[in-house]
Amino acid sequence: MSGHHVVPFKTNLITFITLVVLTVITVLTAKYVDLGEFNLTLAMVIATFKATVVALWFMPLKYDTWMNRTIMLSSIAFVSLLFVISAVDLFTRA
Amino acid sequence: MSTGKVDRRVEPSHHFDSMIQEHEAGKQGVWLFMATELMMFGALFAGYFIYRMKYYDAWVEGGSLLDWKLGAFNTIVLLLSSFTMAQAVTDSMQGNNKKAFRNVVITTACAFIFMIVKYFEYSGKIHHGLFPGLGVWNPEAVEVAETKLFMTFYFVMTGLHGIHILIGIGLMAWLLKRLKNDEFSKDYYTSVEGVGLYWHIVDIIWIFLFPLMYLI
Repeated sequence: MSGHHVVPFKTNLITFITLVVLTVITVLTAKYVDLGEFNLTLAMVIATFKATVVALWFMPLKYDTWMNRTIMLSSIAFVSLLFVISAVDLFTRA
Repeated sequence: MSTGKVDRRVEPSHHFDSMIQEHEAGKQGVWLFMATELMMFGALFAGYFIYRMKYYDAWVEGGSLLDWKLGAFNTIVLLLSSFTMAQAVTDSMQGNNKKAFRNVVITTACAFIFMIVKYFEYSGKIHHGLFPGLGVWNPEAVEVAETKLFMTFYFVMTGLHGIHILIGIGLMAWLLKRLKNDEFSKDYYTSVEGVGLYWHIVDIIWIFLFPLMYLI
């Protein structure tokens, strides 16, 4: 089928290695570096980065249409809305 | 429909103009399904964070009850399975059903390894009275009472994720059968790509579950 990008083996391999390295960083920083509450933030930042790598190169939204990107982004937007409104409620309770 | 070993799609279904249009429509449908998956797990994650704020000590104790080494091992297993799945999509787009078959076999093997590790984790928790329900829960096993709530989140979230892995194994068995029949080609590989998208979303969910359950 024309117009569809075939992701080469090398790209898939690099993506996989990147994800493994990020997993090792996640474990090392969470287990052996005490940052207090910031540990959670750091772990979530790395996890979000990993999820983005999977979405862009494995799924691969990098070579997909804006239609499919919009579908993915809109679901993330609604989940964010749930998180933000819940947080606003929790942090403003007396 | 099956008329022999090779039964490849060359014509679009009657309600589509072209194979490309049919492919795009099918793929978009899978993406919409993936959007609902993210929102379903998103709600569970929201619950996790709210109760983590409320019962922080229980979350710390709950996390320490889980074996992060098993969690890390399973993370690597799932990442490997995502890699072979992505490669299977590449192979089928190039019309190489044999290579794609091999890669889906590895993906399926990884899925089984993941579930076997999960089985040992779950049975260990049940054995120690850390399963919240069915009369299994042992209040003496924990210091903070609300750790029961953490374990509920653990079993519901990893359980729902595990069900997705099992469904994935079923989908891959279906792919393997069709790859063996040499059904896919450069012009038709929608099913391989669709299962691939599903499998990567399952991986993305685990990428968040692993640090939240085992590490933090």
